[in-house]
Amino acid sequence: MNRFLLPLSIFVVVVVFLGVGLTLNPREIPSPLVGKAAPEFSQPQLYDQEKIFSPADLKGKVWLLNFWASWCSGCKTEHPVLMDLANSGQVPIYGMDYKDERQEALAWLQRWGNPYPVVGVDQAGRVGINYGVYGVPETYVIDKRGVIRYKQIGPLDPDTVEKKILPLVRQLESQ
Amino acid sequence: MIWSALLIVLVSGPVWAGEARPLGEDPAVEARLKHLAIELRCLVCQNQTLADSNAPLAEDLRREVREMIVKNMSDKEIIDFLVERYGDFVLYRPPLKATTTLLWVGPFVLLIVGATVLVITLRRRARKVVDAPVTDEEHRRVEQLLAQGGNRS
Repeated sequence: MNRFLLPLSIFVVVVVFLGVGLTLNPREIPSPLVGKAAPEFSQPQLYDQEKIFSPADLKGKVWLLNFWASWCSGCKTEHPVLMDLANSGQVPIYGMDYKDERQEALAWLQRWGNPYPVVGVDQAGRVGINYGVYGVPETYVIDKRGVIRYKQIGPLDPDTVEKKILPLVRQLESQ
Repeated sequence: MIWSALLIVLVSGPVWAGEARPLGEDPAVEARLKHLAIELRCLVCQNQTLADSNAPLAEDLRREVREMIVKNMSDKEIIDFLVERYGDFVLYRPPLKATTTLLWVGPFVLLIVGATVLVITLRRRARKVVDAPVTDEEHRRVEQLLAQGGNRS
């Protein structure tokens, strides 16, 4: 019995490590920007290209910044969740149309609905780089002082909204 | 057979590998970009360097790096720019920090543990080997058996 104890315990340790490894998502890279000021930008708006969208206009508000594109399949998956969240009126979601064609973006919002009060256009992907975006959709929770408090990599789902986004938004609202 | 092989070679013509195309012209800038890009990871296809990757994000990042090179920023400034946005993950050689100690020291710890276990096991085994005294009678018998074996062959 005793001589099986050591191999067995090594086996158990390896299984535990591999088991934990299986539950991790290698695509999720922790963002160094959480806790830092949201990078400034001033981008033309999608609907009214004469107007500018800038985070500076949103100081004093808790808001979400959602990077999306009409070519992105994850954005389609996420879209109903964003619509529900926007309709609930609990937190405004501002959009950033990432490396997209204007006509296609407009058609996409026309077809599926527009959850955003304002959509900025990031044609060259520079705002994306400043925010550390490496795959749309990505969503940032930004507090009243303009600090990034949370980054969602990949599509938002009802569970994440319910358990992470909304509690955080409520907490930030009360500050 | 040879003719059909030749035909295939002729018909297929040049096949262009989908290599990441360089966008700039200045060879000095391109050389620095190449030198930097092999140290940086593409975040979309995570086992490729920024130099190898064809992902749109990698193209954008190469463009950013190229622009920073043209602005005469140092390698450190450029790398800091990317680490600020994407974290240490963009570096192919992670820095030695509190969170990465295990990564750097781990293999050496395993090596030492392995060597210690090996030495202990070998010593224990050496102690288990007991001298078996051989009597004259046994010697004589061995000689006899060997002699018999020799006769048989």
